[in-house]
Amino acid sequence: MSANLVALWYLVASVCFILALKGLSSPTTARRGNAFGIAGMSIAVLTTLAVVAKGRIDLILMAMLVGGTIGAYVSRRVEMTQMPELVAAMHSLVGMAAVLIAVAVVNNPQSFGLPARIPPGNKLELFIGTFVGALTFSGSVIAFGKLAGLGKKFRLFSSAPVVFPGQHLVNLALALVMIGFGSAFFLSPEQAWTPFLLMMTIAFVLGVLIIIPIGGADMPVVISMLNSYSGWAAAGIGFSLNNSMLIVAGSLVGSSGAILSYIMCKAMNRSFISVILGGFGAAEGSAAKGGADKTVRSGSAEDAAYLMANAENVIIVPGYGLAVARAQHAVKEMAAKLAAKGVNVRYAIHPVAGRMPGHMNVLLAEAEVPYDQVFEMEDINGDFGTADVALVLGANDVVNPLAHEKGSAIYGMPILEVARARTVLVNKRSMASGYAGLDNPLFYMDKTMMVFGDAKKVVDDIVKGLD
Amino acid sequence: MTGTVDPTVLNLIVFVLAVFVGYHVIWNVTPALHTPLMSVTNAISSVIIVGAILAAGPVELDFGSVTGAVAVGLAAVNVAGGFLVTRRMLEMFRKKEKAK
Repeated sequence: MSANLVALWYLVASVCFILALKGLSSPTTARRGNAFGIAGMSIAVLTTLAVVAKGRIDLILMAMLVGGTIGAYVSRRVEMTQMPELVAAMHSLVGMAAVLIAVAVVNNPQSFGLPARIPPGNKLELFIGTFVGALTFSGSVIAFGKLAGLGKKFRLFSSAPVVFPGQHLVNLALALVMIGFGSAFFLSPEQAWTPFLLMMTIAFVLGVLIIIPIGGADMPVVISMLNSYSGWAAAGIGFSLNNSMLIVAGSLVGSSGAILSYIMCKAMNRSFISVILGGFGAAEGSAAKGGADKTVRSGSAEDAAYLMANAENVIIVPGYGLAVARAQHAVKEMAAKLAAKGVNVRYAIHPVAGRMPGHMNVLLAEAEVPYDQVFEMEDINGDFGTADVALVLGANDVVNPLAHEKGSAIYGMPILEVARARTVLVNKRSMASGYAGLDNPLFYMDKTMMVFGDAKKVVDDIVKGLD
Repeated sequence: MTGTVDPTVLNLIVFVLAVFVGYHVIWNVTPALHTPLMSVTNAISSVIIVGAILAAGPVELDFGSVTGAVAVGLAAVNVAGGFLVTRRMLEMFRKKEKAK
């Protein structure tokens, strides 16, 4: 195949990737989008196989078979609650693959159609691709450990921030040294293995160091950020190989991750810088200050069932506590029972509900909740005023009215306006505060009734109460 | 102005335009599908498998081609896993459409 033909096939694949993302603008076109993605990938792989047709096709096919089988197996077995872990693990693979490719390029540039002496431009890009790839790999491994709850075995994976004095200075110093070695690699006319490998090693260490201080509550931002990095790593490799398809695919993914990080930061009212610097959420789970001397009204699941059965409009606010308790299916059952009684049931999703962007939507979809009953924050916030009952299940900070009070730690954070509903039902396991470590005035309002207990048990009891 | 444009400059042009396309396409993605978006972008960034195949290509088996083969394996996990898990998630969004 001529180089021009290869480039044109790569162009077709690039267009397919753009269409794949475009399809995600609505659930009805999303599956077609995914098919475009698969088509693009097939075109890209087949074209490249044709390029190396005279080489070790057997070796390549074997590697693809092994990897593909593992990937297919995992994709079938993974629980929807484990999606954040899976995505983090997949980011780490992209990062590692980028690093390995860079090593192979330095080893033998000619197999990539580059001159034996890599031109300085490509070397610079190789440096960038390698360090972003290495950073993505080790950072994603740490993020995976934090999400999978491996913190009890290894302190590095603790979901609480791991901080030490002078952390940022150490990171800065390491980053400068890494750039130093990278420049040495770039400026050297030779192959320059030594600075290349040193730069790579430091990037691996740096990836660990930048993720450990970031707490569990900020994981949605971290995953989006690593998503972005994995894209830029791919684009960097594309630059060094002069491959425009890799550049296009990498840039699409890079901007996607960057936009998701921005959306997540905005939904938490945190600046990107403050998330990166970390340390937030260190006091997670501690009992709220001054909570003890205020009174809360608590009720049973039967009371909750009675209230909802006699309501016209019920809005359910699911939080991550719901997913942890695996109560999605029970909630669906409850909603169906209510609907049968003529109650209008809707779901309100805060952008940071769950542990990654859009996580709660997938969890509800898995429980077969119709997606036309599920509303985003901006679309439903105006309707709380006309709701008879707002049922908050395992959510806390995202419904905290303190966000409207100047001076509070979460001031300015967009919240679901559940306090406007006529009656508010809140299910929580205890009065412990959320990730932000704040007390929640919502719990002490006259119209609020707390239903304590595990979300699954409470919802099951409500379902029984509805019979 | 004489001579041809350096490949790096052409790459930069492609890069900047692709970022613009990405920016506009991604803002149109409905928030409900942000998780599938992440898994599908994961699969798409695994298109670096192309680079890995080139690395594993040469006939003589050496350090570079073994490294490349390992990279092919890692990227293949993502290609298969990413697209399939995305499809699995999107199927869930379909079921209810029928049930309606």
